[in-house]
Amino acid sequence: MIEFHNVSKRYPNGYEALTRVSLQVGEGEMVFLTGHSGAGKSTLMKLIMLMERPSQGQVVVGGRNLDRLRPNQIPFHRRQVGVVFQNHQLLFDRSVFDNVALPLQIAGVHPREIGRRVRASLDKVGLLDHERANPITLSGGEQQRVGIARAVVNKPPVLLADEPTGNLDPDLSSDIMKLFCEFNQVGVTVLIASHDWSLIRSVGARVLTLEQGQLTHDGALQ
Amino acid sequence: MSREPGARGAHLSRTGIADVWQAWQQHHRNSALDSFGRLAETPLQTLMTALVVAIALALPTTLLLALGNVQSLGERWESGPKMTVFLKLGAQDAAIAGLRDKLRQMPDVQEHEYISPAQALQSFQAQSGFSEALAALDTNPLPPTLVITPAPTAVDPVNLETLRQRIAADPLVDEVSLDMDWVRRLNAIMNLGKQLVLALALLLGAGVLLVIGNTIRLEIESRREEIVVVKLVGGTDGFVRRPFLYTGFWYGVFGGLLACLLVSTGVASLGGSVRNLAATYQDTFVLQGLGLAGCAALVGSCIGLGLLGAWLAVGRHLSAIEPR
Ligand SMILES: Nc1ncnc2c1ncn2[C@@H]1O[C@H](COP(=O)(O)OP(=O)(O)O)[C@@H](O)[C@H]1O
Ligand SMILES: [Mg+2]
Repeated sequence: MIEFHNVSKRYPNGYEALTRVSLQVGEGEMVFLTGHSGAGKSTLMKLIMLMERPSQGQVVVGGRNLDRLRPNQIPFHRRQVGVVFQNHQLLFDRSVFDNVALPLQIAGVHPREIGRRVRASLDKVGLLDHERANPITLSGGEQQRVGIARAVVNKPPVLLADEPTGNLDPDLSSDIMKLFCEFNQVGVTVLIASHDWSLIRSVGARVLTLEQGQLTHDGALQ
Repeated sequence: MSREPGARGAHLSRTGIADVWQAWQQHHRNSALDSFGRLAETPLQTLMTALVVAIALALPTTLLLALGNVQSLGERWESGPKMTVFLKLGAQDAAIAGLRDKLRQMPDVQEHEYISPAQALQSFQAQSGFSEALAALDTNPLPPTLVITPAPTAVDPVNLETLRQRIAADPLVDEVSLDMDWVRRLNAIMNLGKQLVLALALLLGAGVLLVIGNTIRLEIESRREEIVVVKLVGGTDGFVRRPFLYTGFWYGVFGGLLACLLVSTGVASLGGSVRNLAATYQDTFVLQGLGLAGCAALVGSCIGLGLLGAWLAVGRHLSAIEPR
């Protein structure tokens, strides 16, 4: 589902954040991406989202070489990839419902259908009774779950999460990890950047480790 | 929205064309209402911007109207060109009568008036104030004159010239002059004026573009976060652009209507005094206003400027917000 072929990323300031990274994540797989801060985890995810372009090498998602995407195809690629951000990127000028509905409105889903799917998504993350609230009134864990609801509401085949439990206490973290496992069980390919070792160990999935932009480990956690 | 590229993957959600169409319409409605709502939230600021737009448009519109009115006034005063035929000094009365008979038979001549040397001298004395100097002359230096009004069918320059040559060919005729110079001069001045007003309108139109563009730029800045999120979850440029285009559209509507109001108020307040002034000249001239079609054209071009300004601003600033 996600393939990196010899991918390097050098930022305009000359810093090389990724060096010749090659990896493959199969359809329906769940994979953790670990590494110290600054190792290049976020950069790798940005390449999958086309928030950045690689300086070298190729990224293939769902069989499509992102190198060959024309600019007007980028939005359609992004609709295939749900993203959960560490800082959740919610909009505080609208309700929880409207935040989660945004990807559906963009994708051109029928307004009647939007209500049904937003509620299904909010129900999944346990926030159905908060749909009218403004996300600013919610706790950190709740905000993160709104972000997850928005990432999955359009049923993307790929779900990326960049340190989704970074600011949360252990109980909330394991709740959120459970959610990701559930999405994975229904066939979604899930890639989670995290350095919460106890959590990764509890899930027991495949782990990719980055060190200073290089892939140094691929497999089960030792 | 363009087609969805056929991505592979087991969990692709399907969305039909009809749904996309309905959602698109819905987004247009929502964008239009949302943009309107945002403008209504800051009524004073909106009014100020719309007023700047309105004044910038009302100015050239008023000048154009004024030119049009002066031109139609000129046409009223000079219904058509006249031809003045100077006969040879000492032409015999009988010969003159013969020429006048010939003129009566020309279809291109609607009517003519004979001014004898004595009549000419009299009116010249009355008008010029040289009466004593002229009275001192022992012979009348003025020639007999015919003033010809060409038939309406002969008023175009080519026919007029043919007519002039035919009359000039008569042995009795010394010189023929066409009295359309001042009409032509007025028209030339009017055309120059129109070009100046057009240049002014272009300048002010560019000003309107800048004003609306800048207002929208501020709006884009204040909604930066929202734009980034919309792009991250797959919003097309069209989707991002839409609410801002509607903002430009509304500025165009408000500005255009205000401009109509300004111009119409001006015309209405001047109309009374113009009618009074015309009455003192036994004229029934009425100041020509914008009319419904003029108002529609003004609002329409204002909306066009609003949309264009918004488009330019969004195009310039959206790429800067690209999340990459
Ligand atoms: N836009 C950027 N311009 C320049 N350097 C960047 C940019 N983004 C990230 N970096 C650098 O690239 C390295 C990897 O960053 P990142 O991918 O965010 O790491 P991680 O998510 O693993 O902490 C860091 O040293 C960071 O400073
Ligand atoms: Mg990071």
